[in-house]
Amino acid sequence: MDYRSVLTTCPYCGCGCGLYLEVVDGRIVQTLPSKTSPVNQGKLCIKGWNAHEFVQHPRRLTRPLMRRGGAQEEASWDEALGAVASELKRVKEAHGPDSVAFLTSARCTNEENYLLQKFARAAIGTNNVDHCARL
Amino acid sequence: MTNSIEELADADCIFITGSNTTVAHPLVATRLYKAKAKGAKILVADPRQIQMALFADVYVRQRLGSDVALLNGMMHVIVKNGWHNRQFIEERTEGFEEFLKVIEQFPPERASELSDVAVDDIVRMAEYYAKAKNGSIVYCMGITQHTTGVDNVKTLANLAMLCGHIGRPSTGVNPLRGQNNVQGACDMGGLPNVYPGYQAVTVPEIKEKFEKAWNAKLSPNLGLTIMEMMYGIEEGKVKAMVILGENPLVSDPDVEHVRHALQQLEFLCVIDIFPTPTTELAHVVLPAASYAEKEGTFSNSERRVQRVRKAIDPVGDARPDWQIIQDLSNRVGYPMNYGSPEDIFEEIRQVTPSYAGITYERIEGEGLCWPCPTTDHPGTPYLHKDRFARGKGLFHAIDYRPPAETPDQDYPFWLTTGRSYVHYHTGTMTRVSPHLEREMPEVLLEMHPDDAAAYGVQDGDVVRVTSRRGTVTTKVQVTDRIGKGVLFMPFHFAESAANVLTNTALDPVCKIPEYKVCAVKVEKAA
Ligand code: SF4
Repeated sequence: MDYRSVLTTCPYCGCGCGLYLEVVDGRIVQTLPSKTSPVNQGKLCIKGWNAHEFVQHPRRLTRPLMRRGGAQEEASWDEALGAVASELKRVKEAHGPDSVAFLTSARCTNEENYLLQKFARAAIGTNNVDHCARL
Repeated sequence: MTNSIEELADADCIFITGSNTTVAHPLVATRLYKAKAKGAKILVADPRQIQMALFADVYVRQRLGSDVALLNGMMHVIVKNGWHNRQFIEERTEGFEEFLKVIEQFPPERASELSDVAVDDIVRMAEYYAKAKNGSIVYCMGITQHTTGVDNVKTLANLAMLCGHIGRPSTGVNPLRGQNNVQGACDMGGLPNVYPGYQAVTVPEIKEKFEKAWNAKLSPNLGLTIMEMMYGIEEGKVKAMVILGENPLVSDPDVEHVRHALQQLEFLCVIDIFPTPTTELAHVVLPAASYAEKEGTFSNSERRVQRVRKAIDPVGDARPDWQIIQDLSNRVGYPMNYGSPEDIFEEIRQVTPSYAGITYERIEGEGLCWPCPTTDHPGTPYLHKDRFARGKGLFHAIDYRPPAETPDQDYPFWLTTGRSYVHYHTGTMTRVSPHLEREMPEVLLEMHPDDAAAYGVQDGDVVRVTSRRGTVTTKVQVTDRIGKGVLFMPFHFAESAANVLTNTALDPVCKIPEYKVCAVKVEKAA
């Protein structure tokens, strides 16, 4: 049996509680609060206590999807990424960089937010970058 | 937040407005209880009698959208009684005279008329807050999601400056962030007007700095905000979108309008962890890794940068978002070659002065609050210590403006929206978590007992709620938590999305939609 306890940060609200994900043989079985976190000091709210439940849920998206005809069908990463890249290039060339817009995410990490806005600004050439912070 | 979460426990007066703290930020709420146990005065202004209201020394139920009137009334009382902090105002602020002129016009009687709060309560709140040694203000979306959102925030800042409750421990104006990494998304430049670290895209020297750092030619033009993007699509200016981990089809106001816009895109790519109403519209959907499947950092409401760590491999073929973006970038001809999120963080430090002193190694334990300019800097738990970022704190003279939509004969009820304690945002994560979904499996519309009686509606009955933008069907919960003539609905539920009803009227400055106020009518469903 492989057992690991991984310290991380709650994915839900802006408190940013420290929590441990308890992993047994590749399955997250429980969430425990960090006692040393200055934010939560050994406590969690009901969302935090259950922060592992959605992670390995069967409804998760696990394969790229592409619209063919009317319906979305599974596709390979290579095909899906290729399609996104060529569409973005096509639209940019046809209508200019400001015809492309990006929403970054208040749920993604700093690194990912940084990278997406850099992609928008440096690779595509637009400042059309926003997220749902106002919401 | 200008101050850290822990400091709240040592305040001797806390004014909470537009924040259902126990529900939306439970671990902040524990600090409020602690403060209360130590004798602090708790003041709550909220259209709903939220749980915190039950512990409050003064609770007031202001009319929706009347926050500026209420606060100006409090400040009128403070100035008239000489409870303001003259030394602070003189040394640290400017614009006081102009501000006074507006405040003059808000005697408590007028404020009371506009806000529906008793004169007595306005005076008591003013006195408690002004006479406190360390007064803190806590607010959330209940303040910002209005056409007067910026006015509301500036008015709270006026109140704090007037009493000198800023720049010391356990004081300040503390916005609680709705989602876990809103702070980080803003810090990282996920905004149309600024690069990482709030450096303006319109300043040529800053643009040059980033052009050098990123080895690319950058646009000098301001970008579009999210609502402007939607209008841009309809005007044919925006043709393609990439949406990372967001679900605007449940979270945006006037959902039908957003759906209509997104459907017109030539190309839509959505990167997410669950299927959502938004992914359904996409031409390409890319499956992302969840927080438990990747490395990185989040920045919480108190600007504390903390680690996210990988516990398991991504499910199925899902990939971490950073790898997806990097791959896309290489394919469109702008090379990226990061080996890990830490590599990316190292670049963030180079271009973001407030993060420059933070390293993965330094935040191995507790995390650090930015600004943290150098690797020997201890981080900054409270802002504006000796001076404000802009030098002197500026008083803003702000008059009251009514909300964009108010009840009338056809739409006689006020509607306001918010969160429930178990669900989060659009519910894509919480609603598949069995223990959370069990607590609240369906949407409930809160209605005052008198209104329920007038409409012949009982607990559990189904009603149709209609605004000028759409209709939803929902069960009713009869409760006096909400005031007469006002309805409340949480917005987590795609099947009866409160945001079908809400108003897209935007704050003119920061473009926040007015989620918190609109007018609706109610009919009993057959
Ligand atoms: S455990 Fe609760 S209070 Fe803490 S960050 Fe998560 S959702 Fe927020």
